[in-house]
Amino acid sequence: MLSKLKLSILIGSFLILAALPMITEAIDEPFYIDLMARVMIFSIAAMSLDFILGYGAMISFGHALYLGLGTYAVGIMAHYEVTNGWLQLLVCISGTAFIAFILGLISLRTSGIYFIMITFALAQMFYFLGISLEAYGGDDGLPIDTRSEFFSFFDLNDAWNMYYLILGTMTVTAIVLWKIINSRFGMVVRGSHSNDARMQAIGFPTMKYRLAAFVIAGVVCGLAGFLLGNLTEFLTPEYMHWFRSGELMIMVMVGGMGTLFGPLFGAFAYLMVEDFLANFTEYWQFYFGPMLIILVLFAKQGLWGMLPGKEDMSDE
Amino acid sequence: MTLLLFIEQFLNGMQFGVFLFLISAGLTLVLGIMNVVNLAHGSLYMIGAYFASTFYGLTGSLIVSLVLMIPVMLLVGIVIELVVLRTLYDRDHMDQVLATFGLILFFNELVRIIWGVEAQPLTLPMWLSGNVEILPDAPYPVYRLVVIGVGMAVAAGLFWMITKTRMGMLIRAGASNRPMVGALGVNIRFLYTMVFGLGAVFAGLAGLMAAPLQSVESGIGEDMLIFAFVVIVIGGIGSIRGALVASIVIGIFETVGRSILPVLMLEVVDSETAQTAGPALASMLVYILMAVILFFKPQGLFPARTG
Amino acid sequence: MSEPLLKVVQLRKSFGGVVATDSLDFDVMPGEIHAVIGPNGAGKTTFVAQIAGMLKSDSGTITFDGRDMAGKTAPERSHMGLARSFQITSVFRDFTALENVSLSIQAHAGHSFKFWKRASTDRDLTDPAQKILDDVGLGDKALTLAGNLAHGQQRQLEIAMALATSPKMLLLDEPTAGMGTEESETMRAFLNEMKGKYSMLLIEHDMDTVFSVADRVTVLVYGRGIATGTPEEIRNNAEVRAAYLGEDE
Repeated sequence: MLSKLKLSILIGSFLILAALPMITEAIDEPFYIDLMARVMIFSIAAMSLDFILGYGAMISFGHALYLGLGTYAVGIMAHYEVTNGWLQLLVCISGTAFIAFILGLISLRTSGIYFIMITFALAQMFYFLGISLEAYGGDDGLPIDTRSEFFSFFDLNDAWNMYYLILGTMTVTAIVLWKIINSRFGMVVRGSHSNDARMQAIGFPTMKYRLAAFVIAGVVCGLAGFLLGNLTEFLTPEYMHWFRSGELMIMVMVGGMGTLFGPLFGAFAYLMVEDFLANFTEYWQFYFGPMLIILVLFAKQGLWGMLPGKEDMSDE
Repeated sequence: MTLLLFIEQFLNGMQFGVFLFLISAGLTLVLGIMNVVNLAHGSLYMIGAYFASTFYGLTGSLIVSLVLMIPVMLLVGIVIELVVLRTLYDRDHMDQVLATFGLILFFNELVRIIWGVEAQPLTLPMWLSGNVEILPDAPYPVYRLVVIGVGMAVAAGLFWMITKTRMGMLIRAGASNRPMVGALGVNIRFLYTMVFGLGAVFAGLAGLMAAPLQSVESGIGEDMLIFAFVVIVIGGIGSIRGALVASIVIGIFETVGRSILPVLMLEVVDSETAQTAGPALASMLVYILMAVILFFKPQGLFPARTG
Repeated sequence: MSEPLLKVVQLRKSFGGVVATDSLDFDVMPGEIHAVIGPNGAGKTTFVAQIAGMLKSDSGTITFDGRDMAGKTAPERSHMGLARSFQITSVFRDFTALENVSLSIQAHAGHSFKFWKRASTDRDLTDPAQKILDDVGLGDKALTLAGNLAHGQQRQLEIAMALATSPKMLLLDEPTAGMGTEESETMRAFLNEMKGKYSMLLIEHDMDTVFSVADRVTVLVYGRGIATGTPEEIRNNAEVRAAYLGEDE
């Protein structure tokens, strides 16, 4: 089980997030709603990456691809004036699942450095594809004129509705992934993380379970992209760029790899630090690069991992 | 007409392949011998290009720049190895990815701080800027031919070093069987440092030769890094021979594909479709090639590892 | 005469120029413990890996329970009743002992595309797992992380995981590897207890264990079987003594 401290932090964070729109209205700083909505979207993406990276030891260096695919799903359909949210969602889920399945089939045949390089290259392929698609704005991207339409009483143009949709998705995603990690399926994924040969010897054809996990992570990240497209009202290949994949990995590491809830805070910490440094200097990466190296070398367990309370890798 | 275009693009592809080889040769050894994922290898290419523009600006001679470049890049490589890479050998791949990602951020910003955000110009000297007729009425830039020639010479030199010298033998042994080299009582730390330094020199050399052909700016290393990854995946980690073959294949596929594919597609589909799908397909061509090769040979064409 | 449970004919495997398994004939009768001994580098672990389906053989046939094993993957062989343990302890260190054994049970309890119910409190898995832990004497360690168990206990857990797949035959790769005298004795007693219940292919370095539990012994040198016989016969075989037991003729 989660330690009391961690459980309180999770519930506390949720309550603060739930109350945030009211607070920002009271202090008249609506900007923070948008900022936190963004943070939460990246939290979802980072969690999905941690699901395969931290629990399944699949070091995917192209995970932002699915973030981009999600925005393309919304954007392209909106471009053709299909604004029905349910339909968009269906296309988003089946599209990301299909692409994750094909890419997983190719990349999971390999391991180690090969896997990293292949996921990296295949994601870049889609980035370059996005750039070459002039019909959808090429590298300039394309504005999304209309946000997804779900219910007549739930208009996503309303900032609060958008915000609560994102908060809701994040919460549900965290709970669902948590259940999966501790289910029979999750045990197989985690087992093949620590010793794949052993898993096969006791009778698991691990490849299909790893592939399924890879697809689940892709779809969840695609959902984050779906929300991102709606929030930013913009479609751009830039979200598929390897740099974004690197950022997602940083969020996972900063939060704590293999702790499902760590990346929620990792995304928050990373985006805040980026924001802070960028305000302070034009060359923020000049400072952030060495900081990252030092973090990797000395603070590997991440924020969530630093919290007291010994726990095993399943975070229970 | 089409044949001439093809020949010209073929040579351009060779020339691009030469750059790819110079970058991948060092990287494939680092991956094979040290088992380290080094994302910052592309940065060495970028740094080389920046140094080239500065040295050339100061001396006015491409040859002198080249001579200055070699010890400087060796030094850069050695310093990076000693300060960062060395601490990562015992870490897992995830740590290596993130730390060398940090290096990329640092270097991309560093060159902007030192050289400014503007692209650095490097105009070719007179004797290299002309054209020669490779076929009647088919002019081709002298410089590109020189690049191909120099690249081939370097590749030949590298092969000689790898196959004939003691250091080369150790490197090969290290790429296919790491514990063995340690067992031979070789100072493995020194070998690692030298391999890394050598890789830096080659990447820097590619940067120097590419500098007159492209704009020298922050971030150019990563575009090459992606291609280098594709090359190494296809060629097999740790294999110089694989890197050479894959570099030339990818160079030609990428260059010829981009120019020929839209033309070819016009033959099959209407012009509108060709204009949309042509560039899209061309941009994916080398990755599709990689995926296909991987499907049949998950260890690449020339797997160097035996164990 | 009954048919052998495992029958290996003219098995071969080479790595580059090194022949690890060389024209090997071998069989295990139902209920029998057939030990394989040999000096380091004799190809014992390669042999186990071939039978378990983790290494592809160059040539030769492996028949198990009347079925040709060619083209069968390791998980498929596990489902046919072949269970292996590893020479280098490879329990899941981050899981409890109970979870380790539960995983084995789970592998043989239908597919694992079950995403919701918590596995570590699923009585369908934990009850049989606990029973097997009790059987091997680790009952009171069920909730200890495998990584925190003593070396000998990890070796026992290793075997418990193999037993949990309800095997017809056990491939045990040096169950006493790295054990002290006392631990070895416990393991020996345990193997004797298992005797008759399971057919076993036992790779072992410890001669006391081999000679006290095995029904038959095969001596492997450079991938070749140089002799097969009862422990008594092997002990008195001149060639074996020269090649392996290190005695001059």
